[in-house]
Amino acid sequence: MTLLTQPTDSEPAPGAAASAQLATRQTLRLCTAGSVDDGKSTFVGRLLHDTKSVLADQLSAVERTSRERGHDGLDLSLLVDGLRAEREQGITIDVAYRYFSTAERTFILADTPGHVQYTRNTVTGVSTSQVVVLLVDARHGVVTQTRRHLTVAALLGVRQVVLAVNKIDLVDYSQDTFEQIREEFTALAQEKGVAEVTVIPISALRGDNVVEPSTNTPWYTGPTVLGYLETVEVTEATSELGLRLPIQYVIRPQGTDYRGYAGRIAAGHLAVGDIVHLGQGRTSTVTHIDTADGEAATATTGDSIVVRLADDIDLSRGDLIAGADRPEGSRDLTATLVGLADTPLRPGAKVKLRYGTSLVRARLTSIDSLLDIDTNHEHPGEAIELNDIATVTLQLAEDLPTEPYSGRGLVGSLLLINQADGTTLAAGLVR
Amino acid sequence: MSTTTAGTLSPHLKDLENESIHILREVAGQFDKVALLFSGGKDSVVVYELARRAFAPAPVPFELLHVDTGHNFPEVIDFRDRLVKRTGARLRVAKVQDWIDRGELQERPDGTRNPLQTVPLVETIEEQGYDAVLGGARRDEERARAKERIFSVRDAFGGWDPRRQRPELWNLYNGGHLPGENIRVFPISNWTEADIWEYIGARAIELPPIYFSHEREVFNRDGMWLTAGEWGGPSKGEPIETRRVRYRTVGDMSCTGAVLSEASTVQDIITEISTSTLTERGATRADDRLSESAMEDRKKEGYF
Ligand SMILES: Nc1nc2c(ncn2[C@@H]2O[C@H](COP(=O)(O)OP(=O)(O)OP(=O)(O)O)[C@@H](O)[C@H]2O)c(=O)[nH]1
Ligand SMILES: [Mg+2]
Repeated sequence: MTLLTQPTDSEPAPGAAASAQLATRQTLRLCTAGSVDDGKSTFVGRLLHDTKSVLADQLSAVERTSRERGHDGLDLSLLVDGLRAEREQGITIDVAYRYFSTAERTFILADTPGHVQYTRNTVTGVSTSQVVVLLVDARHGVVTQTRRHLTVAALLGVRQVVLAVNKIDLVDYSQDTFEQIREEFTALAQEKGVAEVTVIPISALRGDNVVEPSTNTPWYTGPTVLGYLETVEVTEATSELGLRLPIQYVIRPQGTDYRGYAGRIAAGHLAVGDIVHLGQGRTSTVTHIDTADGEAATATTGDSIVVRLADDIDLSRGDLIAGADRPEGSRDLTATLVGLADTPLRPGAKVKLRYGTSLVRARLTSIDSLLDIDTNHEHPGEAIELNDIATVTLQLAEDLPTEPYSGRGLVGSLLLINQADGTTLAAGLVR
Repeated sequence: MSTTTAGTLSPHLKDLENESIHILREVAGQFDKVALLFSGGKDSVVVYELARRAFAPAPVPFELLHVDTGHNFPEVIDFRDRLVKRTGARLRVAKVQDWIDRGELQERPDGTRNPLQTVPLVETIEEQGYDAVLGGARRDEERARAKERIFSVRDAFGGWDPRRQRPELWNLYNGGHLPGENIRVFPISNWTEADIWEYIGARAIELPPIYFSHEREVFNRDGMWLTAGEWGGPSKGEPIETRRVRYRTVGDMSCTGAVLSEASTVQDIITEISTSTLTERGATRADDRLSESAMEDRKKEGYF
């Protein structure tokens, strides 16, 4: 077993990176997924520990608890399982977000629960991730929950998935076992349409191939998980979309003529002088782009900006500023839904629907099919239960310029919300 | 293609700033009456600075709310008051002392007032009818905070139920709630201590001077350097010494420790924290040392 030591003076400082690289360092957002007890939290703890991202006071707290629980080594999952109930039961209940950096990159990592009851929390973690690290237990291989999480990742537009075949120590570092799982998973990923799959044999407990290459797997010549994460080039599905700027808020300081439309660019880019399309045949010209850094000539996807226009037009929160390819307004919508609530959703249900910055009343017209995770087949259904994936038709109370899901949810994503208490009932992807 | 930015922020910080401004504007768009919890500490100062940039040239559309434990660093109160005067921000102060005077709260034997903030906070939210309250908590501070949503629904008692957290997908933040409930919003959830300091440096944000190295009369209690003060310290056997220190966090004086430090510029501080072997709360907060679940328990009762 790899010795767990505290950082010493001769080692690189915890979490530190050369300051020269700070200026250009990029962020990678990722999450774990996989069935209960496959070792996700232990893996995250291992990753933090071996990148020297765990500070002495955190480590001694984990040492103390590990001892109290009678573990012979350190239980690294305690670094992430931050709720009392989680530590007591030894399972993860809700997503934990952790942050660490290496000289190459800054990572925002969501550790998600594997228990089927908490799948909605996994969906939460996956929705903001560029890369998903899916774990399986080498003794069990691909199980239903692996399939479900892979389906969710593919559905949400994650194009790069790492399959970490964990607990490889418990199958005597067997290459045969690894190869079998690799083949089965690669075929499955292809079926689900995941662009790029990397399969790595690891032991989160012992540290093999997480940060340090292992001598126990001489037959494996690929990267460690960290090595992969530090170098992977995140490919986004190429988006041909023009500007999409949902208006969040109108900025109008009292006693001035200033009128700016604030929002975060969901697709495309924009320059002063551009003609923008505002719906109902209205257009205007961009006269100013205001940013946190003052005025700018251009702005691009992801930027939070304020736009000023040449014409005085009635626009407010929920309206869309778009390029020439602005989608038509429509009251009918086909969407794939993921059930997130304990109460089932049935045809006829009246809900609120959030799309971008709009919030409108809507009705679930019909459930067209439900997806069977195990067989990948679609079948008819009466209700959408927690964790179900369904194709549905919705009717909206107002016209909305909706369009198919893309850009990992910046465009075409929606929520269904309970009108009475405000809870989130389902997440949806416009088809 | 790219923006003509000042070029002072790294792509990572720019990404965080874009995200936080988006969250702040969602709050302004979705809620009617919003308070921004403002202690004068670095995290709340950064949230305020982000809000200023999010709504310029209009004023910040949130009221500042300071839950005042009465055990304040005078430098921080002075900083707070100067900021309010300079920016014209509206400030409301809820004083823990008022609740103690009315007999609705009792001083704790250890003299710490940090846990006493919860009742004044929850009651002020109710009395003022805030439907959203912005806080500067960060997920990297503590294991229970690492579990928190960006939009966090609280019941009428301000309580947090980690098992009933809403799924939070993409950048669609659902502020829906029942009357009487309110939403706590954490716009800098994804920032680390290092990110905060880099941003303070890049944006030249002013902070209370106690964040930088200075000479102070302190005494050592359980390995933590505390400032002598009316709240109870030092007791017999705790000699007062003069040391060069700075604060990594700012809270109730009685439980916020200083660290020995020579760091007198933002750059020095960035270097110092990158080589520190202790987390900011571990180094400076007595209240979190009480138990493994101290933060989780406080949050369930309505704390931030
Ligand atoms: N032998 C061995 N045991 C492991 C390995 N990784 C994890 N474990 C053990 O597997 C058990 C479950 O680990 P966790 O990390 O809590 O699993 P998880 O996937 O986070 O579980 P949930 O979050 O509840 O879904 C613990 O007892 C770990 O010590 C490994 O590589 N080898
Ligand atoms: Mg776990």
